[in-house]
Parts: sequence; C-alpha cells; structure tokens
Amino acid sequence: MEDLVSIFVRSIFIDNMVFAYFLGMCSYLAVSRTVNTSVGLGAAVIFVLGITVPINYLLENFILAKGALSWLSPRFAEADLSFLTFIMFIAIIAAMVQLVEMIIEKFSPTLYSSLGIFLPLIAVNCAILGGSLFMQERNYANIAEATAFGLGSGVGWFLAIVGIAAIREKIRYSNVPAPLRGLGITFIITGLMGIAFMSFMGIEL
Amino acid sequence: MSENDNNQKEALFSPKNKKLLTNPLGKDNPINVQVLGICSVLAITVQLRASIVMAISVVAVMGLANVIISLLRKTIPPRIRIIVQLTVIASLVILVDQVLKAFVYDVSRQLSVFVGLIITNCIIMGRLEAFALQNKPWPSFLDGIGNAAGYAWVLLAVGFFRELFGSGTLMGYNVIPGFMYEMGYEDNGFMILPPMALITVGIIIWVHRYKDRDLIDIS
Repeated sequence: MEDLVSIFVRSIFIDNMVFAYFLGMCSYLAVSRTVNTSVGLGAAVIFVLGITVPINYLLENFILAKGALSWLSPRFAEADLSFLTFIMFIAIIAAMVQLVEMIIEKFSPTLYSSLGIFLPLIAVNCAILGGSLFMQERNYANIAEATAFGLGSGVGWFLAIVGIAAIREKIRYSNVPAPLRGLGITFIITGLMGIAFMSFMGIEL
Repeated sequence: MSENDNNQKEALFSPKNKKLLTNPLGKDNPINVQVLGICSVLAITVQLRASIVMAISVVAVMGLANVIISLLRKTIPPRIRIIVQLTVIASLVILVDQVLKAFVYDVSRQLSVFVGLIITNCIIMGRLEAFALQNKPWPSFLDGIGNAAGYAWVLLAVGFFRELFGSGTLMGYNVIPGFMYEMGYEDNGFMILPPMALITVGIIIWVHRYKDRDLIDIS
C-alpha cells in the first residue's frame, strides 16, 4: 500500500508529465487559455490515463513482452512480440478513447458536452502514449502499481494545465513585450513553473 | 489550384510547390507559429547528436506518411480515417525504431520513449489531416518534408544552444577552449535541465516574432 501511495505522489510531483518530460505539450499550450476548458481537458486526461495504462500493462505482460505468451503454451516461451508495442498501444488508446466517449455520451450527457471536442483530441495527446511507454520502461511490479502511476500522471498533468491557465488568465492584464505575447510568454512561464517543480526532485518517498 | 488540377502537367518545382517547401520554414513554422509537436523539441535537445537523429527520423516518417496517406486518400472512409492514419504512422515509426536500434543503439537508448512518441507528434497528424487527405502525392511529399524541416531547424537550434552552453561541447566534442575554463568560465549546468528547454524555445519564438511582425499575437 505504501508503495502505491509513493508511486502516486511521485508521478504527480517529481516525475510530472509536463514539467519533467514535456508530454502533452500541444494540448497543454493550445487549450490553456481559460481555466474552465482546461479543467475539462485535465479531467479527461486523468480518466483516459487511468484506464489505458493498466490495460496496456496487461497487454505488455501477457502478450507482447519476451516470453509473455508462455501462459498459452510452453512452445511460445521464446516468442518476442515487443516490436509490435507501438502499434498495439496506440490501437488500444484510440479504441479506449472512442469507447470512453460513447459511454460518457450515453450515461452523462452533461459531462459529455462539457468535455466535448477534448475527448477525441486525447487520442493523439502524447501524455497518454507516453504514460504507457514509461510504464513499459519502468517495469512496474503489478497492475495496481501501473494504475497508481497512470492516475498519478493524469493528476500531475491536470495540476499543470490548470495552473498555467490560471496564470494566463491573469497575465492578459500585464504589459508583456509584443513579440512575446501569447505563445512566447507561455513557454517562459512554463519554464519557471518547471523550475519550481524541480524543488520536489531528490525527495525520497 | 483549379487549372492545375485540370489534367495539366505541373512542373515538379513550380512556384506553388516551392512555397509548400519553404513556407513552413518561416511564417508557417509548425513549432513557432502553429504550436505543434512541442514535446520532443523540449525533451531530447540536451545534446545536438540526439537532436540530429530525431530530426532525421521525423523528416523520414513525415515525408513517407504524407505520401502513403495521399495515395490512399480516395479509399479511406472518413469515419475511420484517424485510426488509419495512426496505423500508417505507427508502422513507419516501428521501422525507424528498428533502424535506430540496429545502427545507433546508444542514441536510441538516449531517445528512449521519444521515438515511439513520434506517433503522437501532432505535426504529422496535423499535416495528414490538413493536407495529405486532399492533395496529390508529390505536393503532399513536399509539404511533409517542408514541415518536418521547419520542425528540424528549431530542434537543432535548441539542441545547439543547450549543448553549447550546458556542457561546452557540440556533438560530444569540446568546443569551448581550455583557457576559457582557466579564466573562470563555467558551464551553465542549468541549461541541461528540462525547464531551460522551455525558456530557450520561448526566446527563439521571441526573436522570430520580433523579426516577422505579422506573427505577433494580438488577442
């Protein structure tokens, strides 16, 4: 249990998707104009990461990794399908996003209309695929750890986008040099936020 | 546009096609202007060598993906086009990944997950959606190469400055002369850390927009 909490907290603050690995920057920059929309997108990312990472964990450990197919028959002990990783992961992600979209549409039309266009966008958000690839690289011990990692990364991304959106709403009233307005200043602010988040580095959990 | 499409043979490098190639380098730059494909620019630019490998990979994937989608554009049903596009890109990325693992293993380790993340590089998806689905293979190829080159120069610029100021080397060779260190020059270790990548890109955007006033964000 302690392990799970530590993985969760670690992936929110220390290994933050945005500030430490720059994943999901495109939607992070494009959708952070107002706090409301960024809350919607952030929630959708938590949701999708929390679902796809454990599914891809199962896929990795029971089908793709070297020797993972041996549960089927001992003859497959040598089979190594890891070269298929990318295509399988992205297929799972695209399918899950579609499925999640349909489920939300069916059961909660209000949530659906508030998430709106963000759900399909998430299929090509690199934070989602990045989450699955990091999960593969770090070899989590069991599915609970992978889920904790997925949810934690989602929450970290949520925090980052809501933070930058709040700052961008305020900075509209400041006197930024004209060529820096919009995109440029957003980059620099994100850099400064990243420096702040770096203070979490080195914390042992 | 219309007269060219009316069965007239078009020169391979007509002015229109040249524009496809050169526009993304400047005023249509995918990174500085369209804000696409930022993730990898930031994450793998600690060293110039990794940036070069990444830039070449993206140019290859993007040119080929644009051609393939453009050839298939009349047969792809619009409802499932996204998954078709993802499949094409993912297959190309698998090829690139295997080639990198075979020939430059150390760089491939260093790029780690970011080779896989070329799949979700939004420039590629964006160009497939916006251009290759409506255009013939050759213009699509030029468009792909042009946009990838626009991406590549920013990538290389960021990689150049970060490695030069961060570790005092370029491509792994020392370029800051020894006497500078004796005089008290020190490498700015901060440049290697993630946040400085963001600030470097911010400054590149600043300079770019200062030179090209049309791009300034007025909203």
